[in-house]
Amino acid sequence: MIQVEDLYFSYPVGVEALRGVSLKINSGEFVAIMGENGAGKTTLVKHFNGLLKPSRGRVLVDGVDTRKVSVASLSKRVGLVFQNPDHQLFCETVEKEVAFGLRNFGFPEETVLKRIDWALSLLDLTEYREVSPFMLSGGERKRVALASVLAWDPETVVLDEPTIGQDQGQKERLRQFITQLNAQGKVVVIVTHDVEFVADCHPRVILMSRGRIVADGLAGDVLYDHGVLDKASILPPQVTQILLELADLNAPRGVIDLYEAGEVVANLLRRGR
Amino acid sequence: MFRVFDGFRFRRASSPLHRLDPRSKFLMACVFFALAIIFTGILPLTLIFLVQIPLVLVAGVRREWLRSLRGGALLALLIFGTNLIVNYMSAGYALTLDVILYSTSMAVRFLALISSFSVFFLTTSPDDLGLALEQARIPYEFCFAFTTAVRFVPVLAGEAQTIVDAQRSRGLELEKGSFLKRVRNYVPILIPLIVGAIRRSFEMAEAMEARAFGAKERRTNLNVLRLQGADYATVLISLSTLACGVYLRYFVAIPSL
Repeated sequence: MIQVEDLYFSYPVGVEALRGVSLKINSGEFVAIMGENGAGKTTLVKHFNGLLKPSRGRVLVDGVDTRKVSVASLSKRVGLVFQNPDHQLFCETVEKEVAFGLRNFGFPEETVLKRIDWALSLLDLTEYREVSPFMLSGGERKRVALASVLAWDPETVVLDEPTIGQDQGQKERLRQFITQLNAQGKVVVIVTHDVEFVADCHPRVILMSRGRIVADGLAGDVLYDHGVLDKASILPPQVTQILLELADLNAPRGVIDLYEAGEVVANLLRRGR
Repeated sequence: MFRVFDGFRFRRASSPLHRLDPRSKFLMACVFFALAIIFTGILPLTLIFLVQIPLVLVAGVRREWLRSLRGGALLALLIFGTNLIVNYMSAGYALTLDVILYSTSMAVRFLALISSFSVFFLTTSPDDLGLALEQARIPYEFCFAFTTAVRFVPVLAGEAQTIVDAQRSRGLELEKGSFLKRVRNYVPILIPLIVGAIRRSFEMAEAMEARAFGAKERRTNLNVLRLQGADYATVLISLSTLACGVYLRYFVAIPSL
C-alpha cells in the first residue's frame, strides 16, 4: 500500500514540482496517472521508491516512511520501469540484464536462474536470451527493461510512459499483460499521456495539473469530465467524444469500453428507426 | 554530484554585463585572473575578490555565482589545509601568523580565480562565445564543436541523473563496497551514458548534413559582434587596472601585512 500525505517537492534549481499531493493506493489496484507535460507525474512516482524524498509531507510504503529506508530496499517492493530503456540497458546479453537486479537484491543463484527463465518467457523474450540488448528494436528493448524489473517480482509495478513508441499490436499485448499482472494481485501504476490506452484499460484515473491532483476517480467518470480534462490539457478519448456528441439522443455518460459503446450506438440507431 | 556545473550554466537575461561584447568580457576575466596570480598578499587578493561582487550584483546572477563558490569551497578548504600543513612543517613546526595568512590568501586566490570565470560564463551565451571565436578567424568546424560541447554539458548531466535513478531503481547501490567495488559500481551508469552520447552525435551529424552543413566555404552571420562604447571602456579600465597592478606589485614596495 502506498500512502502519500500532503506531499510537496521542489527541485534544487527551485522549481516546485509537487504542491500538496495526497493519495492512497491500495493493494491490488490499477491506477493511471495522467496530466500535461511537467504536471509532476514522474516526480510523484519517483517518490514511491524513495529516489526523491519529500520537501514537505511524507510518503509511506507499506506503512514505512520512505525517508527512513534505502532506495534499494524500497525498490524491491516497488519496481519502477523508466520511460526510456536506453537509460538502463548496459549488459552484453539480455539474460545478464535481467539478472542485474536479482543479483543486486542478493537472491540465491538458483533462484536467479529460475527467475530469468520466468521473466523472459513472460515477456516473450526467450529467443533473445544470448543477444545483446543493443541489437534489439525499440519495442523489444522496452520489454527487456520491463522484464528486468518484473524478474524480482515486486508487489507494485510502476510503468512510466509504457506505450510510447509502440505500435497498435504491441500496445494491445501490453494492455493484456498489464491486466493479467493486475489480476494476479499486483498493484499496477502507469504514467501516461495515452488517453485511448487508458480508455481501453479502464483503471482508476488520477489526473494531475501543475503539481496538484485535479481529479481522482474511475476512468468512466474522469474521462467524461470536460472541465478537469481541459485543465490537464488532455483530449477525451474518441469513445467519449462520440457519446458526448450524441448526448441529445440521451446517450449515457460514463461508457468508455469500445464494445459497450458499440452496443449503445446500435441501440440508439434501433430506437431511432 | 552534478550540481557543480550549475555555477557555470548560462541563463538568458539582460543586464549591462550580459550585453557586453564577449571579447571585452573575456579580457576582463583574464585581467582578474592575472591579477589574482601575480599578487600573493591577503589584502590585494581579498580586494580582487570583493571587486567582483558589484559585477555579480549588476548581472543579477548572485544565486548561480554563490553556487559555483560553494562548489569550489571544498577545494579552497583543501588548498588552505595543504598550505597550512606544508608551511607549518617548513617553518620548523611553528604555527606563525604568517603561515595562517599565507594559507588563507591561497584559498582566497582560488576563489577569486573561480569567480572571475564563473561571472564570464554566467553572463555569456554559448552562441555569443561561438561568434566571438568565429570572428577571431578560428575555423567554423572548431567553433561549432566548441559551442555544441558547451551546450550539451547540462543535457548530459541531466541524462546522467536519469540513468543513476534508473539503476538505483534496480537495486544498484553506488556508495556500497570497497574502493574498487565503488569504481565498478559506475559501469552501469557510464555505459548507457556513453552509448547515448555516441548515438546522439551520429544523429546530430545526420541532422546537420540534412541541413547542408559545410556547403559553403565562407559563412555569413545575421548578428555580427561590434565593440560598443561600453566595451571600449571595459577594455580601457581592464588594461589600466592590469598595468597599475603590475606596477604596484613589482615596482612599489607594499608594506607587508
